[in-house]
Amino acid sequence: MGGILTAAEWQALLLSLRVALAAVVFDLPFAFAAALLLARCRFPGKWLVDGIIHLPLVLPPVALGYLLLISLGTRAPLGAFLLANFGVRFVFSWTGAALASAILTFPFQVRAIRLSLESQEAGLSDAAGTLGAGALDRLFTLHLPLAAPGILAGVITAFAACLGEFGAIITFVSNIPGETRTIPLAIYTAIQSPGGETAAARLAAISILLALAGLVLADSAGRRARASIGR
Amino acid sequence: MKDVTLKHRRAGFALEAEFDLHGARVTALFGPSGAGKSTIIAAIAGLFRPDRGRITIAGETVFDSQSGIFVPPRERRIGVMFQDLRLFPHLSVEANLLYGWRRAASRPARGSADKVVELLGLSQLLKRRPHALSGGERSRVALGRALLMGPRALLLDEPLASLDAARKAEILPYFEEIVRETRIPMLYVSHALDEIARLADRIVLLNGGHVLAEGPVFEVTSRLDLFAGTQLIPGTVLPATVLRHDEAHGLSEIVAGGEVLVVPRVTQSPGGEIRIRIDAEDIMLSLSRLDAVSANNVLPAFIADIRESGPHADVQLQVAGARLVARITRRSLQRLGLSPGMPVFAVIKSVTVGGREG
Repeated sequence: MGGILTAAEWQALLLSLRVALAAVVFDLPFAFAAALLLARCRFPGKWLVDGIIHLPLVLPPVALGYLLLISLGTRAPLGAFLLANFGVRFVFSWTGAALASAILTFPFQVRAIRLSLESQEAGLSDAAGTLGAGALDRLFTLHLPLAAPGILAGVITAFAACLGEFGAIITFVSNIPGETRTIPLAIYTAIQSPGGETAAARLAAISILLALAGLVLADSAGRRARASIGR
Repeated sequence: MKDVTLKHRRAGFALEAEFDLHGARVTALFGPSGAGKSTIIAAIAGLFRPDRGRITIAGETVFDSQSGIFVPPRERRIGVMFQDLRLFPHLSVEANLLYGWRRAASRPARGSADKVVELLGLSQLLKRRPHALSGGERSRVALGRALLMGPRALLLDEPLASLDAARKAEILPYFEEIVRETRIPMLYVSHALDEIARLADRIVLLNGGHVLAEGPVFEVTSRLDLFAGTQLIPGTVLPATVLRHDEAHGLSEIVAGGEVLVVPRVTQSPGGEIRIRIDAEDIMLSLSRLDAVSANNVLPAFIADIRESGPHADVQLQVAGARLVARITRRSLQRLGLSPGMPVFAVIKSVTVGGREG
């Protein structure tokens, strides 16, 4: 590789993409389940569940990073348990960055998917029922495909938000080149070092290009998804 | 006990209806909007649980509040064609048609499924999406989808209500064809007498959540007591036999109720069975036989009954072997001094010939 980008820039870029992808993929099934719960079910305490799901939107990322550090650090009970029994260590690892990003961007996915589920005509589900489809059948042949535009929108928004994550990552998993130094952390590092303005500007440019590419992709994918369900 | 007995109460509306479904291929659920027709359809399809009642379809009880039976919709095998069609927007016409077919335990053979597709003229549309279809095409897909699941009964909830007159005329022959070709009992919901006249054997007249009358379509439509206060315009549906064609004038002579009527040339051969509809507003009454009148059909009759409501007077006429209903104004009633038992002449301005035989 190389060429236009330096090795360190490639490293930060690929790491950012890896962290964001892992976070989004990890979130998706949970986000769909949560969206389904909020869109279709009535139960006591729903407001509380709704609030908890949306908490990351209003929680300072640094606070979340701190909470993760004290609960998943290797000397914390849960962190020690995971390390001893599963060999899983989140602190100072890119997986920790992905976990923090996943938690922070979870609400974006839930909201988009919930909206697309709520906008589905209830009558279609009834019609599928009279045609012999049970609840699970309807989920996979009706609700899931009809929610495709919402799922796509949620995934892309969450992915973009992951790329910008800073506070939680630096607090929880620190700023380790090649392991946890994503583009925002690399920009921060460049600014902190004397004469790093050029490097910071280049990284910022990469961020902008990435964001633009994401927007274009989201638009065309969204159009295609909507066309597939006849909207 | 009737096949369908329902009691259901919700805010501002009480449904308390019972009627039979057996013994007819097409039962019309007829009534003005707000009469409870769609609620009954939803109850039979199993889309909600009525407060009380019992529903028996093709010999199987699918709902009984007393013994706690509630068969879920997907196990009822009752096809529904919804008023708003509810085609799946993300699936092709073919996948829509086969949605129920794939899930049916006793589905029609592939060959007879193809025949339904053929019958409904859908062969050319299979790869399209619902949003790329015309209103009439969408209706046909919805009907096909319900038929292909191999239903024990078919519920048609105002299937033509959303279509304009031209589309309606395009679709009705398909329904007639389906009625001719299949043995599936159907419950056809409508507030349009012309659709019912063409399709139904029996009629259940519904108003304000109650059944006003039920019976053979030929009997119920000529009754006077039923239409008062329903906003529906009465009209008589009669079975008829083709007598001969008058090719020179493009007309046919038919026999209905023991009288010969002249109608526009019908497609059936002499001896063929058809049904006709005469709207009450298309009959004028005269005290003398009018010879110098443009109407071809002037029948001697006796007044059987009179019912006045608002500006109208509905007059039931006994014509040879049938009863007709004429709607005139109360002013005309007084001017002519009409009363039960009087002989009059019924001047029939127009006769509508329905597509269905018998």
